Formats: sequence, structure tokens, C-alpha cells
Amino acid sequence: MLKREVVYESVLDHDFLDEIYSLPGGQEIKKCIQCGTCSGSCPQGAVMDYAPRKIFSLIRAGFRDEVLESNTIWYCSSCYTCAVRCPKEIKITDVMYALKRIAIKEGKAKKGRKAAILSNNFVRLVNKYGRNHETELMTRYILFAEPHHAFNFIPQGWKLFSNGRLPIMPHKIKNIDQLRKILKKVDELGEI
Amino acid sequence: MKYTYYPGCSVKATANLYQESIDSVTPLLGIELEELEDWNCCGATAYMSVRELMSFAISARNLALAEKHHRDIVTPCSACYLVLKKTNQYFADYPNLRKKLGQALEAGGLSYSGNTRVRHILNVIVNDVGMEKIAGLVKKKLKGLNVAPYYGCQIVRPHYYGCGADEENIDDPDNPVSMDRLIEATGATCVKYSMKTKCCGSSLMGTEEKQAMKLCMEILADAESNGAHCIVTICPLCQMNLDVYQSKVNRLFGTKFNIPVIYFTQLIGLALDRPAKELGLGRLAVKMTRPMKQILQGA
Repeated sequence: MLKREVVYESVLDHDFLDEIYSLPGGQEIKKCIQCGTCSGSCPQGAVMDYAPRKIFSLIRAGFRDEVLESNTIWYCSSCYTCAVRCPKEIKITDVMYALKRIAIKEGKAKKGRKAAILSNNFVRLVNKYGRNHETELMTRYILFAEPHHAFNFIPQGWKLFSNGRLPIMPHKIKNIDQLRKILKKVDELGEI
Repeated sequence: MKYTYYPGCSVKATANLYQESIDSVTPLLGIELEELEDWNCCGATAYMSVRELMSFAISARNLALAEKHHRDIVTPCSACYLVLKKTNQYFADYPNLRKKLGQALEAGGLSYSGNTRVRHILNVIVNDVGMEKIAGLVKKKLKGLNVAPYYGCQIVRPHYYGCGADEENIDDPDNPVSMDRLIEATGATCVKYSMKTKCCGSSLMGTEEKQAMKLCMEILADAESNGAHCIVTICPLCQMNLDVYQSKVNRLFGTKFNIPVIYFTQLIGLALDRPAKELGLGRLAVKMTRPMKQILQGA
């Protein structure tokens, strides 16, 4: 539920809308007709603070913090069901990605703390080895996100390990230098 | 038929049984896969959640490496499939991004002109090999086996990045049928059920476990109530969630599912009479059930 019922022009964040518009495909959200097809299609709609339709409404009304601090963006599993059904062809999943990035960057991912830990460690491993190392990713995730629930992961971990599906050693690509040069250049160029 | 093969990180680890069945089956189907040299992670959904341009850049390195071979790049993983396709689409649609990606690749001594065609291995088997050829190669008709096709999300969605729509094969994003036809070609019965493209929860299984398990429960329940002996899938994460977490789903919801979740290449392998071990079937968390084995023996 929204904490603020009435919003005054002076406290709204107009830059937020410009931020979203400036993304590739971000202009599309201007076309939202609030039909709710996205919310009705979302497998996670019922557990979200605001289902996608409301998120679009909130973005356009400048409720920046409410959007970025909502659990909605972290429940999006990138299944693209809403996106293929949207009558206005808004790339909803990609808007969710953009919101995830802004929330992580600004430390507003409180309800997405675990997802942010998972994503950040994923990036770290890919930058280090050139590939994801699932065993290390899960270990790091448990350690940083849910150390007090570590035992919860044991049965499934064992099922994978005992069937030879969890390699201990990571694989590092040969030309990791090339990958790093590419990443460094992106850093210099700045994001999109 | 020769292709550049992009395995993705999962089939080298948690989905190694997928790789084993691909190795076993593809030569028999006349498919030659040459692994892309020194490929890197596609970035999946996680990288994109942190850095956008960077995620496109690492994905584009693979496309650039593959472009030198002038062949289609084929992947068995739905997430890789989507990310590589999305990179191609953004590369084509957004000149500013294309320019920056070009500069980033150049820093690594690479270039990309946007011409690597990305395909999922299901698409290659269905369209390039074809149903007639597969039906002709079947040594052991899987008669009496009820198979529920589970497509998951990212192979059929979204169409605007070209997913599920590889020129000749436009599968519906809600009700795709390409794997259904493949199941029928093996002599098995394709189970009709409504959850074939519903989300399995993907990485939420790590971060929001209860919600992901609820989604898996609904998929398993629908397949079971429609008489499925097993579920067949095409995606490493879908397989892991439905297979490895099935016992945990049973504990949480008080259900008694015992449904093996296998890869479509493993199903083809069974129909081609390849040994279960060669197909990686021994690595399943939910092992092949007795009724399933009896049907396979009798087939």
C-alpha cells in the first residue's frame, strides 16, 4: 500500500520519468493505457507490492522511491509473459531490468537485498573467470545472503553434488585479458 | 549440417546431463556441433540487472567470435538463446549502443557486424533435421509413454527479440507446438496441459524460494493430473527447478510428486535406443520411475 495518498507537485521527481524515457525503448511507457493485462498475466502479481500496471502509473506520477523500494522489481523473473501480451508493446521486462539497475546503484534494493547479492556476485564471477561458476555462486550467495539458512540448501546441494552436477573447480577462459579490455572500455564509455 | 556451438555455463555443470545427451544424439541426427573457441558467459538475467551496456558487451564478444565462422550459432540454453538474440536486436535497433559496442569490442581486437544468426537446438532439430527424418531414425517407439512438454519462458518469448520465431518456425508464445510434434515423432503420447509455458520461477528459486516452489508445484500438478509419466524440457534452469526441488516442493505442499523431468534430447536418445547412462539419465534427482521403465522396456 502506498504510504502517501496525496502527492504535491513540489515533492515529485520529474527526473525519474526522464531517466526511464532515456533508456533504449523507455519512451514506450508513455503509451501505457493502464489496461492491466500485465498485472493479470504476471505469475508473481499476487505477491507484489504493486503489480506492473501500478508500477507504470507510479513511475508516471513521479513516485520514485516507492517504485525503487518496492518488492515488485525483484519478483520479476523475466518470463516476458506481460511483455508479449501488452497491447501497446511496452517492453515491460526491460523496464524492470532498468529499475533493478537504478535500485542497486542507489542502494535502494532493500526488498531485493538477496537478489542484488546474487546478481552482484554473478557479475563478479563472470568478470573474474569469463564464465559463471554455479558452485561458487551458490556458496557466495548463501554466505552473504542467507548464512543463517545455510542448512536449508544442503539437501538440494547434495542432490546435485552426488549426481556429479556440481563441479568444484571453475573454468577460466583463455583470453580473459581480451574480455577485461572490453569491460574496461565500457567503463570509459559509460552506460547507455 | 555444421553449426557453431555455444553451450553456456549451465550445461558444463548442473546441466551436464543435457550435454551428455546432446553429445549422444546429435551425430545420429546428422548434426555437427563445433564448440565456439573460448566462449564466455552470456550474462543471463543477472548481469543485465546490474550493468546494461556491459552485459551486451560480454554477450557481443561471443557473437563476434562466432561471426568469423559464418555459421549459425546454436545453444541448448533458453537464457543464452534470449540474451544472444536480444543483443543482436539491440545492436540492430539502437545506433548509439551499436557504436559503443563496436568501440568496446575494438578494444579487445574484435569487430562485429551483426550477422551471427542465433538459434536454439530445439529449433535446429525440429526444422533442419525435421520430423520425418527423426521418425525414420526411431529404433524404439516410445508407445504408451505420456510426455508433458515444458517449454518455459525464454525460448518462446519475447517475439520482438526473435525468440521462438526463427524464420521458418513461428511458435506461439503461449501455446507452442514444436516439441509436441517431436514427442509424437518418437511414438510417445504428448500430454495436453495448460502450464507448458508458465514460468518455473527461474532464479527466484534462490532468492524467493517459496514463490518459485509454488510455481513449480502448479506445473507438476497440472502435468500429473493430465496423466504425464514424465516432463520433457529444453532449459537447464527449468530442469533444475522441477527436478532437484521436487522433493522440497512435496515437503512444503504435502504433495507426492514423483515425476522425472528430462531433457528433450534425452527423450530422443531413448527413442534412438541409446543406453540410459550415455544419455546422462543417471544424474536425475528424480530417477526414472518403474512405470516409465516398464514402458521403455516394453517399447
